Amino acid sequence: MEDELVLLDFWTSPFGRRVRIALAEKGIKYEATEEELFEQKSPLLLQMNPVHKKIPVLIHNGKPVCESLNIVQYIDEVWNHKSPLLPSDPYQRSQARFWADYVDNKLFMALRKTMRWKDGEEQEAGKKELIESLKVLEGELGDELYFNGESFGFVDLALVPLASWFYSLETCTGFGIEGECPKILSWTKRCMEKESVAKSLPDPRKIYDYLLERKKKYGF
Amino acid sequence: MSKGEIVILDCWVSPFCLRVKIALKEKGLEYEEREEKELLGKKSDLLLKSNPIHQKVPVLLHNGKPICESTVIVNYINDNWPSPPFLPSSPYEIAQARFWADYIDKKVHDAGGNIWKSKGEAQERAIKDFIEIVKQLEEGLGERDFFGGDTFGLNDISLISLTSWFHAYEKFGNFKVEDHCPKFSAWIKRCSERPSVSQVIPDPEKVYEFVLMLKKMFGLE
Repeated sequence: MEDELVLLDFWTSPFGRRVRIALAEKGIKYEATEEELFEQKSPLLLQMNPVHKKIPVLIHNGKPVCESLNIVQYIDEVWNHKSPLLPSDPYQRSQARFWADYVDNKLFMALRKTMRWKDGEEQEAGKKELIESLKVLEGELGDELYFNGESFGFVDLALVPLASWFYSLETCTGFGIEGECPKILSWTKRCMEKESVAKSLPDPRKIYDYLLERKKKYGF
Repeated sequence: MSKGEIVILDCWVSPFCLRVKIALKEKGLEYEEREEKELLGKKSDLLLKSNPIHQKVPVLLHNGKPICESTVIVNYINDNWPSPPFLPSSPYEIAQARFWADYIDKKVHDAGGNIWKSKGEAQERAIKDFIEIVKQLEEGLGERDFFGGDTFGLNDISLISLTSWFHAYEKFGNFKVEDHCPKFSAWIKRCSERPSVSQVIPDPEKVYEFVLMLKKMFGLE
């Protein structure tokens, strides 16, 4: 019996993109829906993720898996025949999980703050934290090709959706990735050479247009 | 295995350090505890060297190699010493367990913190939110003995550790979790009977006194 996979997503979400990259890495076919995030949430989303009511949700043969890094690990475990995303060695796995946790709790939290148009102070604080956490990640990357070493892996996948936001960050907040974190920029370009990444990430200009639209809608 | 191979950089009152100690005991592993001498003051050189990013306990040093963040550490312990397992065997059930691990990490300790950090109406709201979260967890537990099903698992370890602060929340907020969530309270009792928990869980009164000291320190009396 063929697997039925549905991804509940919203195109701007970097978390949804993580799942798409993982599915592409494994060569898995799936159907994606565009959920309404700010208006009425769909009955399917509310049924599949009653606790958080958030995307992404991966529905595998009718059964939901929620939280992006959790979904990625699930995909890695079920489709373990190709492109392993997590290392097999327990110590290396623990390091990958530590850095993925860092990307979620420091970096993406800081990104959220930089998008707080209402609060200039919070936006500035967010920008500072974003730069700091990217520099820490640069240190961790060192001279390796990927955070996973010689091949693309869990931490690379967790971080790379940020790339779609570089244009918006530069235009809206003056944060230039090339000047501040050149190693991260070259790592991003390396990741984008992979088809699974290039075809899964949205056009940065479209992200910017979307942000402008939302700013206008809320009167900024 | 000699004691010196597993070291935990520890703090007696930290529920996050408690997770690691329970996990090690469940696996029957011997370890050395190194208590951070100054709880809220100067951090030891070993801690700063082992966890330069967050500079926090717990840190597990296994053959000298550091692992940080309590949930990462407990998963490492489970990966490295598979028996008895902390996670189910099917990928779907593992995903459900990880979902609840994430919920526990994001919600419980902060909600409890809001209780002892506030007063009056704000505290009433904080207690209400906290009870909602515990009720959600009670629902997640269902009719099972443990979050791990028949066996004590990852989420039982993570959550029972956080309950070591519940007595303090109850005393400051003048409420009892048992009145609102009897099934959850029964689960706490069940877990507390395990030697891996009873041997390491701190005295609830001492935790209360510690939190009282924190309140004084932050001018929150």
